[in-house]
Amino acid sequence: MEQDEQLRSRVIAIIEQSMKMEPGRVQPASTFEELAIDSLDGINIAFALESEFKIDIPDDVLPKMRSVADITTGIASLLAAKANGASKTQTAERGEA
Amino acid sequence: MKRRVAVTGAGVVCAAGSTAEETWAALRAGRTAIRELDEPWARAGKYHVAAAARSFDPSQYFEAKEAALMDRFAQFALAACGEALRNSGLPLSDELKARTAVVMGSSGGGQGAIDAGFVELYGTRSGRVHPLTIPKTMTNAGTSHITMKYGLTGPAWAVSTACASSTHAIGQAFWMVRDGVVGAALAGGSEAPLNPGFWRAWEAMRVMANDTCRPFSRDRKGMVLGEGGAVLVLEPLESAIERGVPILAEICGFGMSADAHHLTQPSPSGAAAAIRMALNDAGLNPGDIDYVNAHGTGTQANDVAEAKALSLALGEHGRRVPVSSTKSVHGHALGAAGALEAFATVMALLEGVVPPTANFTELDPECDVNVIAGNALEGPLRAALSNSFAFGGLNAVLAFRAPSAL
Repeated sequence: MEQDEQLRSRVIAIIEQSMKMEPGRVQPASTFEELAIDSLDGINIAFALESEFKIDIPDDVLPKMRSVADITTGIASLLAAKANGASKTQTAERGEA
Repeated sequence: MKRRVAVTGAGVVCAAGSTAEETWAALRAGRTAIRELDEPWARAGKYHVAAAARSFDPSQYFEAKEAALMDRFAQFALAACGEALRNSGLPLSDELKARTAVVMGSSGGGQGAIDAGFVELYGTRSGRVHPLTIPKTMTNAGTSHITMKYGLTGPAWAVSTACASSTHAIGQAFWMVRDGVVGAALAGGSEAPLNPGFWRAWEAMRVMANDTCRPFSRDRKGMVLGEGGAVLVLEPLESAIERGVPILAEICGFGMSADAHHLTQPSPSGAAAAIRMALNDAGLNPGDIDYVNAHGTGTQANDVAEAKALSLALGEHGRRVPVSSTKSVHGHALGAAGALEAFATVMALLEGVVPPTANFTELDPECDVNVIAGNALEGPLRAALSNSFAFGGLNAVLAFRAPSAL
């Protein structure tokens, strides 16, 4: 739970930085629609999220990220998939060894 | 007094063919030239398909020393221009050379040259940038090489309006011939975007497809980059008749507009304004249009907006008129796209053949247009439009009449 909140704060900070918004403008319940974030802003934010979390947001996932809540959930699952993939790779490497 | 203007020559280099004839054969058959790229820089990225001009061999056109002075985009411009001039048989007397305009479009100019320079600078190499980087990169390089090769001393410049560049170029050249400012014009465009830096920048836009280009299809994924060049020879109809040369089409209208809306999102009303202006300029009614060569990039946003624009500008006829996007065959060649598509439109009118949209699956219900796909639609065509709508909301539309309608 605490981890989720931490993740959410980072997501909010990235949206605010990408959009040049004053801190506090983006709230946990904010949506792109309320914040007047369009598709070009969306790819800017996605680029910043990818850099921050060292993940790849696939093209078919991005359109579903339209709010702070969506993004937080989406990033959490991409991070989980990444961790899972990494441990699988490690297992495979050990298996080969 | 305004003069009527004929298209008397065309030259083309693109993924679909290295000549106008080869390209038209591919367009007519709907044979897509989109393929997987093998280059390591493309394999390392997220998207790997493009329409690359694999059969283009610079050594067939240029001495080694001459080729070394040019980026690939300028090579395409010259190759296409040479073919267009040969086909037209334009008698370039000294008098006509001084009264011939050259107007060429390109979005990025010599992106390959600047990319190579920056590898030297930022990569682990020499830290030095080659002295020819600027003259190879400048967007007017294609235009300049054409003037020098043929000794053309009339008005000459380059146009850069992203994906509408060469449509704007042809339109401006057409107006100059029509107004009697020049005696002839070579107009078109060229683009060579398939290099690592430019490609990555396009990837980051998230508008590219990784399967193929499927304009107006429900399952379309985006645009696919292409490369090449195309040039049309424009001259007064009267002089073409006097010379007794074959007339490919009459170019009769040009419209342009700005959306004043968004850097990347198209606006149907802006596009419709350019279509209306082209019709007006040509003295044509919506019902006279028998074919529309669409901008048809295959992105979600473009195809929906373009379908709406056709209805806005052409009314009920906008839903019935045969429409196709030849980007499905030659890819999206950015600043060369408008010239490639103007060529496709001219050939459609000349032969009475609507080239089909390749890779089409099922119509997107959001796109209420009559998409011609699968096989070409054969039958006489009276007049046609070629649409180009650029990033940044700059729109350009050309109108042509069939030579049989003269």
